[in-house]
Amino acid sequence: MKAWLPTILRGLLFVVLVAFLLSPTTFEPVLKPLVDTNAPAIYNQGSLLDLTLQHLSTVFIATLVAIVVAILLAILVTRPFGAEFLPLSRSLVNIGQTFPPVAVLALAVPAVGFGEKPTLIALFLYGLLPIFENTLTALTNLPRSVMEAARGSGMTNFQRLMKVELPLSLPIIVAGIRLSVTIGLATATIGSTVAARTLGEVIIAGLQSNNLAFILQGGLIVGALAVLIYDGLSAVEKMLTRRLGIA
Amino acid sequence: MTEVFQAGLPFGLFPGGGLKIRFDKLGIVIAIIAASGLVFSTFAVLKPNRILQGQAKTILEALPAWAGYGLLILLIAAIAAALFRTSPWIKLIAAAASLTALALAIGYAAGFLTPAGNTYARVSPASGFWILIFAFALLAADALTRLQPPPWMRVLFLCITAIGIAALLFSGSWNGLSIMKEYAGRADVFWTEAGKHVTLALGSLFAAALVGLPLGILCHRVSSLRAGVLNTLNLVQTIPSIALFGILIGPLAWVALNVPGAAALGIRGIGMAPAFVALFLYSLLPIVANTVVGLAGVPREANDAARGIGMTDRQRLFQVEFPLALPVILTAIRIVLVQNIGMATIAALIGGGGFGVFVFQGIGQTAMDLVLLGAVPTVALAFAAAVVLDALIEMNSRVPNGVSAA
Repeated sequence: MKAWLPTILRGLLFVVLVAFLLSPTTFEPVLKPLVDTNAPAIYNQGSLLDLTLQHLSTVFIATLVAIVVAILLAILVTRPFGAEFLPLSRSLVNIGQTFPPVAVLALAVPAVGFGEKPTLIALFLYGLLPIFENTLTALTNLPRSVMEAARGSGMTNFQRLMKVELPLSLPIIVAGIRLSVTIGLATATIGSTVAARTLGEVIIAGLQSNNLAFILQGGLIVGALAVLIYDGLSAVEKMLTRRLGIA
Repeated sequence: MTEVFQAGLPFGLFPGGGLKIRFDKLGIVIAIIAASGLVFSTFAVLKPNRILQGQAKTILEALPAWAGYGLLILLIAAIAAALFRTSPWIKLIAAAASLTALALAIGYAAGFLTPAGNTYARVSPASGFWILIFAFALLAADALTRLQPPPWMRVLFLCITAIGIAALLFSGSWNGLSIMKEYAGRADVFWTEAGKHVTLALGSLFAAALVGLPLGILCHRVSSLRAGVLNTLNLVQTIPSIALFGILIGPLAWVALNVPGAAALGIRGIGMAPAFVALFLYSLLPIVANTVVGLAGVPREANDAARGIGMTDRQRLFQVEFPLALPVILTAIRIVLVQNIGMATIAALIGGGGFGVFVFQGIGQTAMDLVLLGAVPTVALAFAAAVVLDALIEMNSRVPNGVSAA
């Protein structure tokens, strides 16, 4: 009965987010009670809009590379040629997930220096795992009857991959991408500890100067972005599932 | 994040080959990685002090001739074992021997390279060492995957590895390495922070299980609650960890000031309390979600049979539903524990302690060996927790089969 309510709420969240990013000072009265009288209530060491765009582009680049690599790897290990790598690749995914993001970030620094690069590496690695895992699950659990039919109709291996296997796997792959973007958005904030320009900068500035308003605005912007992108990708996933006519 | 995790790898991939010697495809990859570690990279770095850049040394420069050539011969033999299709046991032994030799050699290299009487010079493993470790760890992982050892054997392998590392640490053969010098300077602090780290990770898991399990059962029974609770917990997960740690400082400071006795319990605005609460909140979603999924997956027949023999609701929950849902719930515990061990490093940013203290101090001082002192134990803890819980999950998922067969 209230099916429209979540959509309205999300629309509202989006409007508030855009309004806050375009004109943060309008919201100053809301955040003012959280800080001491002389402390700034709105982040003043850089534009919030710039940081947000920087944050999004870092996550976007890392995820894009992760999508390409993860899908190619998953295709490789599910072909007869790469079948030998399949069991190991599963173990590696499990082992990889036990590495804490902070450790990966910190350990990437000696190899590539401070700044954007260690963050991109960490985000890429964390983005890789969910997409690879989901693509693998999808490609190894395709309905046998469909595969038989494709083979029977005389499709080549490549045609089968492009016209049957990948389209059928797409919803599950998108679910993996959704998970990895959500993790990426949060992990990118930690990138600020190694001097990457992301929204984590705002939060860390807040932690250092004991400014709750900074922490809140940094955290809430990232949270809002995550919710909106998560919902957007869920919608894409539902649309793809519906188009395929599978439950 | 709440997907059901699978540990078993039921794949028979090796149809009986002919008599011809055949190359192992994965072995070729491992051989290329290991060879690049041997030929194009250096083994150890000698730095004039803990922060400055150092001189890189190859294996033959970093070790006396007998040890250098000995190590080379052993590693080349191990690469050969990886290259051909042989029994996984041979590959596992080759990998274990190489890893042990590398561990001993890097400690020996530290003593060999450090000029006598120089207390400032530091020796750290260089890229080639890490590449070799990675290559042979890959070989070990592959051999273990092919052997498909039963859960108890995996835990046994973990224990042997842990004992081996402990023996190396106690024997002092790594004492010349920079990371151990960082440790020696702050041994007391290290163990305090280790205690805090484990308390944060395990304590918050325990609290989350205490709240999450009943909440999950409630969500399973009362379907109108389910969507609301799960959506709220989902929302909590989207808040980045650093921010959640920070946001909780405010309310907890208020609690400490205004609730009598709270401060005496150690509740403070900064420190462990907000970190604990944040980890607790992050842990709730996987536990509640998997409890709901696990209970929903209990076959209707099992429940009907239980009702048929006159079990009360409570008996049914504890004797039928809960044991059947246990593997899925344990999976959540595994996810949460590994995640908490990793996330507890961030607690250091708000004065919550843990291994993160060394990581962030190290980043601040650009002293990478100090970063390692925080990162290596964290990764080891998370890895050990994952192995033990995977074994537990596998052991428990066999129980229902055994019961149904009986």
